[in-house]
Formats: sequence, structure tokens, C-alpha cells
Amino acid sequence: MSNTTVTEIELDFESKRFSVTKPEERFDVQGDMTDDERIEKAMVNFAKDFGRVSATYMEACIHCGACAHACPFYEASGNPRHTPIWKLEPFKQAYKREAGPLAFLYKTLNLKPKVTVDELKEWQELLYDTCTMCGRCTMICPMSIDIATLVGMARHAMFHAGLVPHELYTVTAKAQKEGSPLGATPSVFEDRVEWMGDEHEVEMHIDEDQADVLVLMSSIEIQKYPESMAATAKILNHMGKSWTFRTDGYEATNFGMLSGNTGWQKDMSMKVIATAEKIGAKLVILPECGHAYQALRWQGANMYGKPLPFKIQHISEFLADAVDAGDLKLKTVNKSVAFHDPCQVSRRGGATPAPRKVLEALGVELREAESGGNMNLCCGGGGGVITIHRADTLRYKIMANKFRQLDSTGAEMMVTSCSNCRQNFDESGEKLSWGKDMNSLLELVAENLVEDAKR
Amino acid sequence: MTLLDFARGPAMQIAIIIFVVGIVWRLVGVWALRQKKDLSEPRQKGAWIGGIKGLFVHAWPYKPFVPKVGTQYIVGYVIHLGLFIVLIFGTPHMLFFADIVGFTWWTLPGGVITAVAVVTTLALFIALIKRLVNPVQRMISNFDDYATWFVTTAPFVTGLMTTMGMWPHYETGLAIHLLSVWLLLIYFPFGKLMHSFWFVVSRYTTGSRFARRGGMA
Repeated sequence: MSNTTVTEIELDFESKRFSVTKPEERFDVQGDMTDDERIEKAMVNFAKDFGRVSATYMEACIHCGACAHACPFYEASGNPRHTPIWKLEPFKQAYKREAGPLAFLYKTLNLKPKVTVDELKEWQELLYDTCTMCGRCTMICPMSIDIATLVGMARHAMFHAGLVPHELYTVTAKAQKEGSPLGATPSVFEDRVEWMGDEHEVEMHIDEDQADVLVLMSSIEIQKYPESMAATAKILNHMGKSWTFRTDGYEATNFGMLSGNTGWQKDMSMKVIATAEKIGAKLVILPECGHAYQALRWQGANMYGKPLPFKIQHISEFLADAVDAGDLKLKTVNKSVAFHDPCQVSRRGGATPAPRKVLEALGVELREAESGGNMNLCCGGGGGVITIHRADTLRYKIMANKFRQLDSTGAEMMVTSCSNCRQNFDESGEKLSWGKDMNSLLELVAENLVEDAKR
Repeated sequence: MTLLDFARGPAMQIAIIIFVVGIVWRLVGVWALRQKKDLSEPRQKGAWIGGIKGLFVHAWPYKPFVPKVGTQYIVGYVIHLGLFIVLIFGTPHMLFFADIVGFTWWTLPGGVITAVAVVTTLALFIALIKRLVNPVQRMISNFDDYATWFVTTAPFVTGLMTTMGMWPHYETGLAIHLLSVWLLLIYFPFGKLMHSFWFVVSRYTTGSRFARRGGMA
């Protein structure tokens, strides 16, 4: 497939995001393929990771529609097309016709028609624009179907069929080519690390030959929230850790995973894994980025093909452990706080208690939002959705619900541990005049570190 | 051979064969698929405990979802429990099974069974109306949803007609009731009635997968 991506409307990447008030309906297409080729590629790549688990989920749905009521997109739009299980309809159809135990019946009697390219085009919006793979639908499903995983598999199909939203394709191709989706190339990264070191007078370690801890950053942090780099360095230096950033393996985001290209997902993960192995790292710390945690912590070893020779922690887990071990002493923050749980770290990642432990050590009054923790409402920007311009209108509606949820706690301060969520809060907050900032848990810890507590 | 003889004889045998072979075929068809091992380091051991927990936690919606789907769950429970009570504790049904298994058990008075059957039938109609009226359910429904509703409701309706003596000819009516049950058994392996099995497999699968991670159930 060639690296071209075609869209029917003119795009303006330079203008401010909120100028796109009424995005036009459009289907983006990449590469030159016949319809039959696209369908074949879609089906082959959907089936590639198909196994007992996915088949069970495909079989188990009773069409009760409960999943709609857990989905932030359906809740915001009220559009039945946004029902989570409906987002898989062509693939359910294909499974029943081609792969299920009764496929011979469905195919012979043509009970389930063959999926068409037009259907897949129509489903591009459902699989990419209106699903962050937040997994809240699994919580409500009486059959406990993991729809998010199935959407991920459907994206494999869509990518290889050349049916990815234009912007997501572009940043993914950029990440594959340059090592970062947002232009944070190795030299840009190095410059910014150096800049933050000078700015915050903190000793930076970069490209050390050997280190116990390899620290990754997401391009959002490198470009938009570079203080994260200084905060991480400050904490690790304080703890006396042997650590380093590496210009040959720093990017934590994995757009290969988000867009559905498993080959690129593997390339992106392997870059980090190889770097960690090369420097003899015992621990890889992932930054405040939700899907990066999903990509490396839970899918990294599967990309590598064997268990990883090092531990992986999200920064919030690392901080929680440090607090537990008494390695970090923190000043008390006399404020009430509402915490926004990033779906991929909490609900789908299992690290829900970690940020709470850190917030407790900060002495804040934690005000849990209704339906927080593992049940949290997604911010609507994950899974690559924030990159897709035509998804903006609905994303803002989701954010309005999100703001209401957090505001109802009456907390003075909002905190999260995902820079993509944070970016979504900041951008939507400006658009919707929220009047509040979303703060980083990591930066809050770094700001309140009692420097002479240890060593 | 009367219709009742047919219903009690070959029809029953055919239905049971399709029912059993079909279920085994469909379950094995899925279980025989390969599954790549998850190589990520589990956060905690004993994922199976999460699997068992998963079976129970999804039996009732989590608190934030109760206002949205609580009623739907209640209707679901009425249908499932009604089906179970009428099938197991209705005297004629018990006697039918006793012939096969060789022992009898306690049953509920006929009036109670009739009342349960009426309530269950009403719940089935409520479920159907919701499926037709609710935009989400209407959109995601297909032939299987309506067929499943029909083969589940028919035995209740024909059974009630038999109990209440509403057939012009009792024996034919009884035969129709039996045949409606065989239709249910024959359709069972082909549609979503298989959720009787999948609900255990699916809930356990998710429960254990996410217990490894330490997250949701």
C-alpha cells in the first residue's frame, strides 16, 4: 500500500482546532486497491489475531443494547449508531459468515451477506471517531463482552484495507517515519530535555550507556507539557536512581496500536524494548499517557514474543511504590482534589489504586466523582479520537458531560495522570470556557517534594 | 400415528438430537480455536478467582448503571426465573421428566404455575415491545432476536392454552405445546439461546483476563 491518504474535503492543519465547527461527513481512503482487495485485506487482518477469546465475545452478545448506556459517545449523541456493539456489526457479520462454528450454514444459505467496502467506509466513523476503546461498555454488559478489544481488532482490518481517518493516518505514518507523531524527533527531544534541565536547574541524564531505569516520554509531553520531563528527573534524582532518557528509545505513544497497524505497533514497541535491553534497564517508566501503558505494559511482551526482561510501570505506580517505601516525602497540599482516571491506566490497566495512594501522601482531600475509579467516564479523546477533526463536535459534548461530573465534586483542583486526557481537558476547557485547569499528578508530586527528606 | 404420538415420539427424539449435537458443535467450534498466550507479566496471581467473581458481578448492573438498565434486568430475571420455575416445578413437566430420569420431586400448585407462566409471558411481551420501540435495540436486532423471542414465548402461550382448556381438541393442543418446545430445542443451538452457555464462558473470560491486570471485573 502506498503512503498516500486521500480525503474528499480540504484540510487545514494550521488553523486553530476550534475553527472546525461543522466537520463534513467524509470517508478517508488510503492506497490504490480494488474494493475486493480492500475487503480481503480487512478480513485477513481482522482474523489474524482472532482466537477463542474473541470468538466467545462474538458469540455471546444477546443484543440487549445495555452497552449504549455506558458509552460516552452514545450518552453525548443519543445516536443509536453509537451503540458500542453496533460498531462491530460488519465484523460480527463477517465472523458469522466466515469463521464461526455455523459459518457453513450462514455462507451456504447466504444468511449473512458479504461485507462490502461501502459498509466498512460507513463504519470508519464508528470504529475510529466514536470509540476511545475505554472499555466502560464491558462494565455494563451482562455478558461482560470486551468490546474495546474487538474494536482494536477491527481497526487492524480497517488500517490494512486503507480506511483510516486522514489525520490519524498522517500522524501514524509520521510516527513510523520520524519516531514521533508530533514532530518530537530525537534531536528535538534532546533539545527540549536540555532546555528543561536548564530552565528548572535539574540534572538531566540522556543517552547514558547503562542505567537501571529507562524513562519514556510521550510526544504530547515533549511538545506541550515539557515540565513533565523536569518533574520526572527531579524525582528520580532525589531518589538517587540510576536513570536515563535515550534518544534511540524515548517515545511512549504507539500510534501503530491506535490506528490498527500491528506491524508498526511492533516496530514502535521494539524500539523501546531494544533500548531498554541495550542499557540493561531493570525498569521502564512510562509517562502520564494512558494508551502507552496499554501498548507496552499489557501488549509489549506479546509484540516481543516472550516475557520482557524488565519491569514496566506507569509513573503513578512508580510514585505510589516510592511513597510506600518512604523514598518520597511530600509537602501537604491543603486542597480538595477530583481525580480523572485515565481509562487505559485504571479500568483497563489495573493501576486504579496507585494515584489514590499518591494523593493520600500529598494530604489532599480526595473527592471521588460519581462513577469514578474503574467506572470512570472517559474524556472522549483517547484511542486517537483527539487527532480526528471531524470528531471534534461530539468530543466537546462528551467533555461537557465530563466537566459536569468533575464539577459536581466541588473540588478546588482537578488532577489526572494522562497527558492526552490533560490535553483534551485543556483544549476543550478553552472551547467550553470551563475555567479550570487539569493538573498532572506527576508535576504535583515534583512541586511538593521535600528535597532534604532523604539523602 | 396421531399428532400427539408424533410429538411424543420421533419429533422429540429428533429435537433432542439436534439440541445436543448442535450445542456441542457450537461450543467445540469456538473452544477449538487457538488462543495466543498472554505473555505480559500478570499484576497478580490467581486470575481464575477474578473469573469466578466475574460470573457473579455481572448478574446485576453496577450502581451508576442501575437507573439506566435496572428495569431491563428485572424483566430479564422474571423471564429466566419464570422459565425455570414453570419447567422444573410444574407437575406435568415434572412427571414428563420423571419418566425419563426415574424419580419425582416436589412441585408447586397448578394455580401458582399458571400465575408464574402468565407473568413470564407478560414479561416476554414487554421485552418484545421494548425491542421494537427502543431505538438502540431496534437498530441492533436481527432475525435471531425475534426468532428467539418466538420460540421462547410459544411454549408459554401453548402451555397456558393447554392448562386453561382453550384448545378445541385437548390432545392436539397438547401436541402443539410439545411441538413448540421441540421447536425451541431445535432452534436453541443456532441462535442466541446459546447465551445459556456463553454467559458463563464470556464472563469468566473477561473476569480472569482483567484480574491478571488488577483492573475491572
